[in-house]
Amino acid sequence: MHMADALLSPTVGTALWVASGATLAWCSRHLRTDFRDHLVPLMGVLGAFIFAAQMINFSIPGTGSSGHIGGGLLLSILLGGHAAFVVIASVLTVQALFFADGGLLALGANIFNLGVFPCFIAYPLIYRPLVNAAGDAPSKNRLAAITVLAAIIGLQLGALGVVFETQLSGISSLPLDTFLLLMQPIHLAIGLVEGLATATIIAFIREARPDLVDAGFAKTDHRSASAGFPTRIIAMLACLALATGGLLSWFASSNPDGLEWSIERVTGKAEVEADNSSIHQTLVQMQQQIAPMPDYKFATSAENNAEVPGKSDAEEAWPAVDAGTSVAGVLGGLGTLILVTGIGYLLRPRRARLSR
Amino acid sequence: MSGIEALLREVHSLDAPASQSGWLAGIDSRATILATFAFILVVVSFNRYAVAPLLPMAIFPVVLARLGNIPLTRIGFKVLLAMPFALMVGAFNPVFDPLPHMELMGHAVSGGWLSLASILIRAALTVAMALILVASIGMHRLCAALDHLGAPRVLTTQLLFMHRYILVLAGELGRMTLARELRSQPSKALPLSVYGSLLGHLLLRTLERAQRIHQAMLSRGFDGHLPMRQIQPWQWGDTVFLTLCLGAFLLVRTMDLATLLGRLMLDVAS
Repeated sequence: MHMADALLSPTVGTALWVASGATLAWCSRHLRTDFRDHLVPLMGVLGAFIFAAQMINFSIPGTGSSGHIGGGLLLSILLGGHAAFVVIASVLTVQALFFADGGLLALGANIFNLGVFPCFIAYPLIYRPLVNAAGDAPSKNRLAAITVLAAIIGLQLGALGVVFETQLSGISSLPLDTFLLLMQPIHLAIGLVEGLATATIIAFIREARPDLVDAGFAKTDHRSASAGFPTRIIAMLACLALATGGLLSWFASSNPDGLEWSIERVTGKAEVEADNSSIHQTLVQMQQQIAPMPDYKFATSAENNAEVPGKSDAEEAWPAVDAGTSVAGVLGGLGTLILVTGIGYLLRPRRARLSR
Repeated sequence: MSGIEALLREVHSLDAPASQSGWLAGIDSRATILATFAFILVVVSFNRYAVAPLLPMAIFPVVLARLGNIPLTRIGFKVLLAMPFALMVGAFNPVFDPLPHMELMGHAVSGGWLSLASILIRAALTVAMALILVASIGMHRLCAALDHLGAPRVLTTQLLFMHRYILVLAGELGRMTLARELRSQPSKALPLSVYGSLLGHLLLRTLERAQRIHQAMLSRGFDGHLPMRQIQPWQWGDTVFLTLCLGAFLLVRTMDLATLLGRLMLDVAS
């Protein structure tokens, strides 16, 4: 359930980058002040483990489909929330860079959805208290049930995050209730599967090396993670994300287009205009000469609606439809594609040409 | 399971030194990172119905891939693999946004189809640019540059470490699954109990490996940080590259070049 760049608006994407970046900075400060050297190679190798483990599927009894581990909860149990968050962030970064899962702008949202929820909500607020309440040596089944519950809650929150981020971005036209009905039940099933996988691995480790699970690497982290952290940091994160989002959307809405707004700030003019000699000026003149109706009308209608998806923009845009622009757009689009392909062909490496 | 190893070898081949021989590799990595982020922000800032105005943005991945000596076919293949989620969510747009938005040769095109096309183009452009970033500068330079740009040391160290061990662990897992397959009926998915003990064993070996690595690092004077690759000082050429990129992005963003070209073509035709 990786978010994709294509579904995010710049405002939402940037707000979540800020929130995830702040969490990352906070976690790395925490790890630095409370530094335990042995965590460095452990974190690195565990990140690689999660990566490899996600390539192996197990069959889900009775369904014919298969699932794999998510990683956030398993890492939190082994490393504690802070280190687990850094590992998850790095796993998602490598996935975004090498496998094109999500994208670079969506990376902030993905780290938030798949990192913050399991590491700082599901683990310290669900898993830890329930395991502690179960006494010194909780039974195998009980531990499994707790793990599954924590995994489901973490993933439900993550899916909820995806839905709200998509809604706020307003690129997709899915209504909120339909999207929720699509996402939450699917992720209930996926959460169950991930929880089962995590519980099975934890059960195995607990039998072989009980020290790792019950009092393992993360021992000191448990204390600090359960002492006062969640409410404060989550309130801080929510404020930060809201403030960034609010600020950016205010900028975006006070002018139809956020980018034009920033251009105006930078240059002091409403459009990028230079002296007579500039390419822009020439192109504008060219456009005015060529164009029977100089404005590309339906382009501007929805830009100020980034925060309110769906409803109003289509109605507003409809009267502005202009067949001349449409034909020019389609023709120009095809022409652009041909040009891009041609340039790519012209720039192809010399070796390839020789080998023919 | 050779699939695992093949997939992970791909990770290393993407930033193999061979693909870093292009002109783009000579640019400061920080400039490349900033230009990539600017490109992605500009692409997602287009109006949700923009299709034609987005297309000229495709020139940047194509030219940069060529300048970086990166095979376009490999990037294209990976872009295709990355499309399903965007397609899945975008596929609902034609259903929920049926109002006509454009007229094309007498047929009305609904806003939903336009925004679906826009989503797919956005996905392809942003994904291609991210892949080109890592293929042109490689993981080591990327981490060094991120470090210089102020990313937390813990994260960059973690990224380098992970990148180094992915292949080791994947090789180990590949051998484990091969051993199992040779002794039982080969199947894609494992029963849960086998899955648990397979990954549990791998995890135990991983943890022991981490301890050995840590001992080895301590005996070589490890102080909690991996030494980062030195980065060249910022040069004039880097400023020029970044300015040119940003200027070109702004030009494409503010001028609807595709429609302009279309009008020119119509004009010539008539």
